[in-house]
Amino acid sequence: MSHNLATAAYLGAAILFVLSLGGLSNPETARRGNLFGMAGMALAVLATVFGPRVGATGIAWIVGALAIGGGIGLYAARAVKMTQMPELVALMHSLVGLAACLVGFASYVDTSMPLAGAEKAIHEVEIYVGILIGAVTFSGSLVAFGKLNGRIGGKPLLLPGRHWLNLAALLVVVWFGRAFLQAGSVAEGMLPLAVMTAIALLFGVHMVMAIGGADMPVVVSMLNSYSGWAAAATGFMLGNDLLIVTGALVGSSGAILSYIMCSAMNRNFLSVIAGGFGTGGGAAPAAPGAEPQGEVVPVTAAETAEMLREARSVVIVPGYGMAVAQAQHTVNEIVRTLRGRGVQVRFAIHPVAGRMPGHMNVLLAEAKVPYDIVMEMDEINADFPATDVAIVIGANDIVNPAAQDDPASPIAGMPVLEVWKAGHSIVMKRSMASGYAGVDNPLFYKENNRMLFGDARKMLDEVLAALKA
Amino acid sequence: MQASPSPTAQRIGVPRETFAGEKRVATVPEVVQKLVALGFSVAVEAGAGEAAHCSDDAYRAAGAEVLPDAAALWAASDIVFKVRPPSAAEVALMRPGGLLVGFVWPAQHPELMAQLAARQATVLAIDCLPRTLSRAQKMDALTSTAGVSGYRAVIEAANAFGRYFNGQITAAGKVPPAKVFIAGAGVAGLAAIGTAANLGAIVRANDTRAEVADQVRSLGGEFVKVDYEEDGAGGGGYAKVMSEGFQAAQRRMYAEQARDADIIITTALIPGKPAPKLITAEMVQTMKPGSVIVDMAAEQGGNCELTVPGEAVVRHGVTIIGFTDLPSRLAKQSSTLYATNLLRLAEELCKAKDGVAVVNMEDDAIRGLTVVKAGEITWPAPPLKAAPAPAAARPAAAPVAEKKGGHGHGSAGPLPAKTLAILFAVAAVAFWFIGAYAPAAFLGHFTVFVLACFIGYMVVWNVTPALHTPLMSVTNAISSIIAIGALVQIAPPQAAANGRPDGLILWLAFAALVLTAVNMFGGFAVTRRMLAMFQK
Repeated sequence: MSHNLATAAYLGAAILFVLSLGGLSNPETARRGNLFGMAGMALAVLATVFGPRVGATGIAWIVGALAIGGGIGLYAARAVKMTQMPELVALMHSLVGLAACLVGFASYVDTSMPLAGAEKAIHEVEIYVGILIGAVTFSGSLVAFGKLNGRIGGKPLLLPGRHWLNLAALLVVVWFGRAFLQAGSVAEGMLPLAVMTAIALLFGVHMVMAIGGADMPVVVSMLNSYSGWAAAATGFMLGNDLLIVTGALVGSSGAILSYIMCSAMNRNFLSVIAGGFGTGGGAAPAAPGAEPQGEVVPVTAAETAEMLREARSVVIVPGYGMAVAQAQHTVNEIVRTLRGRGVQVRFAIHPVAGRMPGHMNVLLAEAKVPYDIVMEMDEINADFPATDVAIVIGANDIVNPAAQDDPASPIAGMPVLEVWKAGHSIVMKRSMASGYAGVDNPLFYKENNRMLFGDARKMLDEVLAALKA
Repeated sequence: MQASPSPTAQRIGVPRETFAGEKRVATVPEVVQKLVALGFSVAVEAGAGEAAHCSDDAYRAAGAEVLPDAAALWAASDIVFKVRPPSAAEVALMRPGGLLVGFVWPAQHPELMAQLAARQATVLAIDCLPRTLSRAQKMDALTSTAGVSGYRAVIEAANAFGRYFNGQITAAGKVPPAKVFIAGAGVAGLAAIGTAANLGAIVRANDTRAEVADQVRSLGGEFVKVDYEEDGAGGGGYAKVMSEGFQAAQRRMYAEQARDADIIITTALIPGKPAPKLITAEMVQTMKPGSVIVDMAAEQGGNCELTVPGEAVVRHGVTIIGFTDLPSRLAKQSSTLYATNLLRLAEELCKAKDGVAVVNMEDDAIRGLTVVKAGEITWPAPPLKAAPAPAAARPAAAPVAEKKGGHGHGSAGPLPAKTLAILFAVAAVAFWFIGAYAPAAFLGHFTVFVLACFIGYMVVWNVTPALHTPLMSVTNAISSIIAIGALVQIAPPQAAANGRPDGLILWLAFAALVLTAVNMFGGFAVTRRMLAMFQK
C-alpha cells in the first residue's frame, strides 16, 4: 500500500471517528456510532500495518501484541460490572498515558530520521510535551482508579504549600526541558527526560490525590481529555495527522465534559484542580452558625410504600449511594410496579450524580429503565412542585437547598434538584453523615421531608415487598 | 398486648367529653396501642369514642381498659387526656397532683386555672404549644384541628350552596364553576383552598401576610392582593392588627370580592382580640342570592357582622354559617389527628419508654405547654430564647443559581465583546508567531489540529448527557489510535540505519501496542455493551 493510499485511509478513519462521536447525540444512533468507531479503528490499523512504514518482520509481533492486549481488553469489558465503569474508564486512561510515554521514549531513541535545526527542536519539544502529558495521565489515572476503587481514601490529601510544590515542579520541568533541547546526543538527553518523567508522574499523583471524592466526575473527564492531548502530542511527534485529529477530538470531548461537570457544581475548573473540596478542614467550616432548624423525621419502608402507593406522580433522584448499594434493579422493579398502577414515575439525574459523567444513566439503563423517563436536571426541576413524592436514593449535595438559600454555604450557587418543592421528599441514607462536600443538608430538617435510614438495597427491597403486598 | 406494665407505670385516662354536642375523643384505638408500647396503661370511659365511631370493644382490643363512668376513670388515672377544657365538675373528680393534657385556653378561663391550681394539678395546655418551634410541629393540635375545620367549612358551604362547584358542560346546558373567596390563608384557610380547588371551584384567597401567596398558589388558589403596602406578619406565625389606610383598602377589596364570589369563607383571627369584622352587612346585601358565607371565626365574634355563632342563618338571601363545632362535625378524623398529636407529646414526656411521664421544664416545647405545674400557675411561658432565624439572607444566592442553570446543554451564550476582542488578539499574535517561526510541516499539522479541535467541540456539544459515560468509553477507545505510533516503530523497513537501537524500540513499541490493544478492544466492547442496554 502506497503512502498516499495510507493517508487516504487515515482520512477515512478520521471521518469515521467524527461520525462515531456525532452518533452519540441520541441512544438510537449511538450503537451505529460505536460501529463507525470500530470501523475507523480497523481501517487505521490495517492501513498502517500494510502501509509503507511497517516491514514484514513486524507482522508477527503486531499480531501477538494485538492478541494479548485484545484478549485482556475483551475479557475486562465482559467482566466489568456497570457500577465499576468509572474505575474501568480511569484504568484505560492510564493505559493510553503509559502507551504515549513508551511511544515517546521509543521515538526519542529512534535515530533513523535525521532532523536538524528548527525541525529537530520542534520534534524534541513534541517528544518532551508528549511524554509529560502521557506521564501525568498515567499516574493521575492510576490514583483516580484507586480512589474510585476505594483502595485509596476519598478524602483529599493536602500537602502543605501544595500550590508552591506544583509551581516548583513546573519550573523544574521547564529547566530540564532546556537542558533536554541542548543535549548533544540521545544519551545526554536521557537524564533530563527521565527526571521530567519522574516529576510528571509525581505531579499526576499529587494532583489527583488533592481532589475530593465529589469532584471525581471532573477528574475522570479531565483525564479523558489528557489522554486525548497525549495522543495528539504523539501525532505531532510522529508527523501523523490521524493521531492529531483523533487526539484533538478526544481532548476537546473530555474538556467539554469537564466544563459541564464544573458548571454543574458551580465551580471553576482551576479551583477543582487546585483541589481541597470536601475536606471538612478547608473551605467547609465557613458557616458554623447556620445549624439547620427543625427535626429529622424517620419513616419505615412500609410507610414509604404507603406514600408511594398514594402518590400520583413520583420522581426518583439517584446518587452514588444507589451505585454502591447496587440497588438499580430493585429501583426498576419499584418503578414498574408503580407504573403498572398508573403512577407517573420519572428519574431526575443531576450532571454530577455518581462518579463520572452519565454514570447514573448507565446504571439505570443496565436495570432496563426506559431512557425516556430519565430526565436531566433542567428538564425536571420545574416539575417538582407538581410532584407528590420525590425519593432521593443515596444522594446528598445535589439536593441540598443550602446551595440556593445560604450564600455562606460552600456549595452556594451550585445548581441542585429542588426535591423539597415536591409534596413530600423521602431521603434514603445510611446515616446522618454529611455528603462529600462536608456540608450539612437542611433538606433533612424540612417539614415535608422524611428519612428512610438503612442500606439502600435492603430498604428498597422492603419497600418493593410492601408495595406488592 | 404488651408484657404487663411495670409497677411504676402510669395510667392514662380518656374520659367522655361532656361539652354539649362535642363528638371528639382524645385518643383512638390505633393510638392506644402505641401508648401501651410506650409503657403506659390506658383506661377509657365507656362510650367515650362512640360519637367518633370508636367502640369500646375496639379500645379493649387495642389494649385499653374500659371503665364504666367518669368518676371511676378520673379516680383511676394518673394522666388524663381531654379535648375540651374540663368543667368544674370534672376538675373536682381529678386526682390531686394529677396530670391533665388538653385544650385549656388559659387566657379565656382564669377560674378554671385557679381550680386546677387548687387541685395541685400539672396541666399541659396543647393550645399553648410554642408553634414556631419546628420540633413541636408534630404536637401541634391547633394546626391539625384547623385543617379539619377548613375542610369541613367547604363541605358545609357546598351543602348549603345550590349549585355544582366545578364547571361542567352537560347535555342540559353549561354550568359555570363556583367562585370561592377565602379570607385568611392560615392553616384552616389553606385547607379550605385545597378542598375547594379540588372540588373544581375557582378559588381566590387573601391574607395580610404577603409570604403566604406562594402557598395559596401551590394549592390551586389565586392570591388577591390588597392594593396597599404593608406586611401583616406578627410574631409566631400569626397576623397583627393593620393600619387604618390598609384597612380601608382591604374593605374595598372585600366589597369587590363579595359582589363577585358565590361563597365566602372567613378565617381571620388575631390572637387575644375579637375577630376583625371583614364582611359588613352592606357587603352581604350585594352578594348574589343563594350565596354562602362560612364564618370560621364565629366563636371569637365572627368576621361577618351578621354571623350568629353556632347557627346557620339566612340574611338578604345569603346563608351565613357560624358553626363553632366544625372539627367535631368530622369527629373521627379530628380525633385521630388529635390523638396522634397527644401521642407525640407522650413520646416527648416519656423518652425512656418506661410508662412514666416527666414534665421537663428545661425543654422549650414542654415549658410552653405547661400552664400549671404542681399547683403553681406557670402561664404565660417566657418567650422562646432563640426565635428561629428569619430567612433574611434568602434572595442573595438564588439569582446566581438561575444564571448558571442556563448553561449545561448547548453552547453558552455569546461572550461579551471585550473578552472576545482580547481572545482574538491573543489568538492572532499566537498564529503570527507560529507562522513566522515554525517549519512548514509543523504548520500543516497545526492546521489539522486546530480544525479538529473545533470539530470535536461542535460534535461533542450535541451528545446527550445521558450518554456521557458511553462517550467517555468510546473516546477512550479511539484514543488508542496511539497504537499507530507503536505500529510504525515496531519494525520499519528502513531499520538499522544510523545505529538505531532496534531491540529496545521493538520492546517499547510492543509494550505500547499491548496497552493500546487492551484499550482498543476493551473500550469498544464495553461501549457496545453499555449502548445495548439503553432501551426506550
